[in-house]
Amino acid sequence: MTAEIVPVAPAVETPFRRFVAEFCASRLAVAGLVGLSIILLVAIFAPWIAPQDPYDLRQLDVLDGRLPPLSKSMGGKTYWLGTDDQGRDMLSGIMYGLRTSLLVGVGSSFFAMLIGMAAGLTAAYVGGAIETLIMRIVDIQLSFPAILIALILLAVLGQGVDKIMIALVAVQWAYYARTVRGTALVERRKEYIEAARCLALGKSRIVFRHLLPNCLPPLIVVNTVLVAGAIALEATLSFLGLGLPITKPSLGLLIANGFAYMLSGKYWISFFPGVALLATIVCINLVGDQLRDVLNPRLQK
Amino acid sequence: MLVYLIRRLLQSVAVLLVMSVLVFVGVFAIGDPVEILINPQADQAEIARARAALGLDQPLWRQYALFVVNAATGDLGRSFVHNVPAIDLILQRMPATLELAVTATLFGVLLGVPLGLLAGLRPQSRIGKSIMAGSILGFSLPTFWVGLMLIMVFAVQLGWLPSTGRGETRRVLGIDLSILTLDGLRHIVLPALNLALFKLSLVIRLSRAGTREVVLQDYVKFARAKGLAQRRVVWVHVFKNIMIPIVTVLGLELGSTIAFAVVTETIFAWPGMGKLIIDSINLLDRPVVVAYLMVVVFMFILINLAVDLAYSVLDPRVRLSEVKG
Amino acid sequence: MTANQPTLSVESLRTHFFTRAGVLKAVDDVSFTVSAGQVLGLVGESGSGKTVTGFSVIGLVDPPGRIVGGRVLFKGEDLVGAGEERLRRLRGDRVAMIFQDPMMTLNPVLRVDTQMIETILAHDPAVGRSAAMERARDALGRVGIPSPDERLRAYPHQFSGGMRQRVAIAIALLNRPDLIIADEPTTALDVTIQGQILYEVQKLCRETGAALIWITHDLSVIAGLADTVCVMYAGRIVESGTVDDVLDRPQHPYTAGLIGSVPSRNRRGVKLAQIPGMTPSLLSLPPGCAFRARCARADDACLAEPPLVIPSPGRGLRCFHPQADAR
Repeated sequence: MTAEIVPVAPAVETPFRRFVAEFCASRLAVAGLVGLSIILLVAIFAPWIAPQDPYDLRQLDVLDGRLPPLSKSMGGKTYWLGTDDQGRDMLSGIMYGLRTSLLVGVGSSFFAMLIGMAAGLTAAYVGGAIETLIMRIVDIQLSFPAILIALILLAVLGQGVDKIMIALVAVQWAYYARTVRGTALVERRKEYIEAARCLALGKSRIVFRHLLPNCLPPLIVVNTVLVAGAIALEATLSFLGLGLPITKPSLGLLIANGFAYMLSGKYWISFFPGVALLATIVCINLVGDQLRDVLNPRLQK
Repeated sequence: MLVYLIRRLLQSVAVLLVMSVLVFVGVFAIGDPVEILINPQADQAEIARARAALGLDQPLWRQYALFVVNAATGDLGRSFVHNVPAIDLILQRMPATLELAVTATLFGVLLGVPLGLLAGLRPQSRIGKSIMAGSILGFSLPTFWVGLMLIMVFAVQLGWLPSTGRGETRRVLGIDLSILTLDGLRHIVLPALNLALFKLSLVIRLSRAGTREVVLQDYVKFARAKGLAQRRVVWVHVFKNIMIPIVTVLGLELGSTIAFAVVTETIFAWPGMGKLIIDSINLLDRPVVVAYLMVVVFMFILINLAVDLAYSVLDPRVRLSEVKG
Repeated sequence: MTANQPTLSVESLRTHFFTRAGVLKAVDDVSFTVSAGQVLGLVGESGSGKTVTGFSVIGLVDPPGRIVGGRVLFKGEDLVGAGEERLRRLRGDRVAMIFQDPMMTLNPVLRVDTQMIETILAHDPAVGRSAAMERARDALGRVGIPSPDERLRAYPHQFSGGMRQRVAIAIALLNRPDLIIADEPTTALDVTIQGQILYEVQKLCRETGAALIWITHDLSVIAGLADTVCVMYAGRIVESGTVDDVLDRPQHPYTAGLIGSVPSRNRRGVKLAQIPGMTPSLLSLPPGCAFRARCARADDACLAEPPLVIPSPGRGLRCFHPQADAR
């Protein structure tokens, strides 16, 4: 097109502003973003805003066990969302559980992204036997469902925050690697990389300053999806009794604790942690969905 | 074509071998089964005898070699706990899992494709947006929690449907199936729905995204310019194009459906392989864990192969003769 | 149908796109006629509204686009108010369309025979599959595809670009339409193939007596093919007339500019004339003549809308400062 040749007047519409405007075009996505911010704030400030420290056994009273929502404790406090079998305030439990769940989900996705990005960029830029090797491993791993791989790993490693994070990273790095390699391969053939090469720029400069930034949009989208996936998977594994230890319950474990009481109608022990988990994942997915629509050049009008 | 098939089969065997090493070595690290199997008061000699009986005194590579040789003849070891061949345990539970997975997949496709098409054709309409919102929700809902909620609503509160077990089964060709009896059907509805949820959302999303891209293509406009009825444009021209990724993904998802059945089976006490593996991990019943993983890996490889073949049938551009790489 | 009734008569057609950024007047007050056996060339740069004009005729403008005014008289029948079913019956039967990119117009997952037969059966289910197959084979033969029997069972990706365009043309001609709208059908093809396709289409139209609208940005194609020509700029027809008249004696500065920017052997070594600037965005079109920002002759008069004038019989012009003689 001729557009590149004509000097553009200092635009009021920067790419970032357009991005923001397009993102905000969906009210649902904005709601997701707001919800996500609230959840993050709650998780970060849980120790200051939670009515009770659920890990502090001195604050618990077994006599307050399994109280329905809105009941008063012996000490006159109100349990807004009821209590679990230990007499733990569900609201506080959920706030602390959110912390654990988010920490595990975001943390493991971050490490998975680092590893996957390194592997994907290496594969795309080095090529040859190394690329074949990396991508074969990725292909094989991706042909197995995440939960199966996580099951094997946890069966082997045992329980603990570090263990489950290792399992989640091992499950997710391959997605990042594939995404990064795919985009990097496409970008690599484009002219600006040719141009950078012609300028005899160093390899690392080309990879990190030219290639990587252009691979970011799909990576961001994949990242939101995978963070949500990591949180859900961690919850599922904890629910199956293979995840986090009882001492620092994540949302999944809270739900599992309530399962036993569900059939007797004490729904709140499972229900509310589930709602918190659901809200977190929904918000992340809403944001991710809109990001994908905005960042996908094929859908742009 | 034949060359391609042979290549794929060789590849599959290689993957199977690699996985068997990984699984075997991995699972070997789970605790020492002798400690839980044997009477705590047993003396050293007794423990040694038990280890020898289970073949645990051999070096790891020899255990593995023995395992591969036996596996080739269909012997995946005896369950430490149940003292029966592990493969028998697995095969005995397999029909229940397969029945659940297939029913769930059917739910997903039969509901998901029409909904996705509709949402893709009218992305801006209210119905299109609500279908999409539903799909996002379905994606976000953790399977196990939905299972709990289904039980809470339909089994506990309303009392309409049973929440545990398979119900009455009928034997067909030596396989017990629930879907053939009314009681069995009532039992499978909740677990299948639970397992289908993720798939349904996935299918809606895939068919919506596919439809949105396909309707922008010139060939769809050309089909309309030819004067074809809307019905034919949608159900032939658009449908055939969006089904390619859907079939691929669903085929691959069948495997993960089987794996994810672990969760659903645990919640609904569905007596399939998934429940068996969770129990076996907790009981350190190593041969069963290994056998389960090997069987699942094997099924996966078969499924992937079948999907590749189906893909080439659906998409004329990827005829196998042209796939050389 | 009376003898002198044109096959298609478009009157003050307006098609606007209602986008988030504003109303885009893709087609604004466009009128032209084309009669049986005639070829009308619709010329303009990309984005001048010529493709949308074509789609407007057969009612295939997709939202957010909408025909907001004017009439499309096909053999006397106004298609603008026509129902979807009526339009569907006309499409592919009486009015056929050929698209620009042959790589994209055929459905990749359907065999060629399927795509041809459905075109026949959509309009006349009574034909039957075998008879339809027969007609499809004939059509492929007519557009110069060797061994049509075999090719019918092939998938589009097994054809070259030129062959695919022939298939698309064969599909367009299947039901012997009265009007064919060809939207840059040769732009995506090699020059040698271009010539062949041009020749085929011309021949087939003469044989069947169909009216042909040839949309292009290439004046040289028009020169050899069309009887009359309409030059479009920013959604309007700025000049129209018979091909010889317009090309030899362009009066609108834009037409003159277009002709001047075609390289020619006679003018070798002479600096090629250019039209300065670029096509304006249809979104922010200022009132008045849309071309004035790029026009050497523009003055304050051009701030007003130039009316349609008829300088000589059969000609149309929208300009306050027509050139008496461009060369």
